[in-house]
Amino acid sequence: MFKTIEEPAEGAVEILVEGVAHRVPANISVAAAALLCGLGSVRETPVSGAGRLPYCMMGVCFDCLMKINGQPNQRACQVTVAADMTVERQLGAAEYEDL
Amino acid sequence: MDQDCIVIGGGLVGSAVAYGLSGQNQKVAILDGGDRSFRASRGNFGLVWVQGKGWDYPPYAQWCLKAANLWPEFSRQLGEETGTDLCYRRNGGMHFCVNEAELEERRKILEQNALHTDGEFQYEMLDHAALAEKVPQISNAVVGASYSHLDGHVDPLSLLHALHQGINRQDVTYVPSQNVSEISGKDGEFRVVSNGKTRSAGKVVLCAGLGNQRLGEMVGMNIPVVVDRGQLMITERIKPFLDWPTLHVRQTGEGTVQIGDSHEKVGLDDGTDPAILQKIVQRAVLMFPFLARVRLVRAWGALRIMTPDGNPIYQQSETCPGAYAVTCHSGVTLAAIHAGTVAEWISGKNDDPLLSRFGTDRLHV
Ligand code: FES
Repeated sequence: MFKTIEEPAEGAVEILVEGVAHRVPANISVAAAALLCGLGSVRETPVSGAGRLPYCMMGVCFDCLMKINGQPNQRACQVTVAADMTVERQLGAAEYEDL
Repeated sequence: MDQDCIVIGGGLVGSAVAYGLSGQNQKVAILDGGDRSFRASRGNFGLVWVQGKGWDYPPYAQWCLKAANLWPEFSRQLGEETGTDLCYRRNGGMHFCVNEAELEERRKILEQNALHTDGEFQYEMLDHAALAEKVPQISNAVVGASYSHLDGHVDPLSLLHALHQGINRQDVTYVPSQNVSEISGKDGEFRVVSNGKTRSAGKVVLCAGLGNQRLGEMVGMNIPVVVDRGQLMITERIKPFLDWPTLHVRQTGEGTVQIGDSHEKVGLDDGTDPAILQKIVQRAVLMFPFLARVRLVRAWGALRIMTPDGNPIYQQSETCPGAYAVTCHSGVTLAAIHAGTVAEWISGKNDDPLLSRFGTDRLHV
């Protein structure tokens, strides 16, 4: 559904989204990358389990929470993609190993 | 007469009283403050709490226990009427102690609570092993805890929201952004002027939190209030780990963790202070080390409405009968009793002898 308007000047990086390798423009946010990769939802809410996508793209709505490099509940719109980054959907509330 | 009753203040106290009064078919209007008002109701911790309250003032110990016991039915009714989930749970509550002296002091305090209530207040002291069985994540720095099955917690914002929906359904007139400049008259014929408009009512109830001191003077009451700032934080949503609310750490029904709190004498400033937030967080991390890796989402300050002795004030004016004041800092715990017993006292249907123990005379001797 989403596509880039012009070829990115800074080149591309490869990231792992839900276990699948994708080439995305460098210097875009993880939220933008998730949209480009065509994820139907980036998270499922902890309360009702509803699927969500990024909404404000500027850090205030918290609807873009994803697990990035193993860290849960990251606002994907506030993180820039980097080579070999792992990006997963945030399913429900965060889990910490010793919790 | 425009109204049977004008309630000044639409926070947890005012809306609970108005909800109770309109439930008795009284015609009620609420004059609420504006967005810039200090709103303890929008900044609190959400405990429906008994243990430790009133340990040095028996009537308050009895009052809190009574109030907490009214909560299950109050919550059920309000939730059903308004279709709101208040996230009210009563599994009991805990207070963690980090050394033996604290634990011993805690035991003495709760012994007083039990004494004041003829043993109706029940509690247990847990040593570290007993506590770790219930709360496996607790650190070794916590030597033990007090526990009472009578404590509970609720989502305080959902409570406020539900009360407002409740009064709306009961046709209470709600007027926001009001600044009351004049109250005159007595029983049966009060006039209240706010934002230049005059309204008449049979009775007036002051529920304006810190504003009660100024408003009280208009109807011959001396209501001393003391400002006490508390700072709180809330984390991201994490998997359930803590079934029991405590005085410093509480996991909400939706998974966030509330961390508190402080007591600061800083006047009318509801801001935050990083140095104090750091101390609050350090204590929480001492209790639950894994919290150090959990992200905070928000921090805020709110102003408690205290009285000089910390106990609530329920007072009818002697010079202007028909004018009442309700002042307290436990708007959550006492919401059920404010909607019940206190609303009935104001409408003249109930004269609970405990109420006479919360007059202002105890403060002006
Ligand atoms: S999309 Fe709103 S915070 Fe990221």
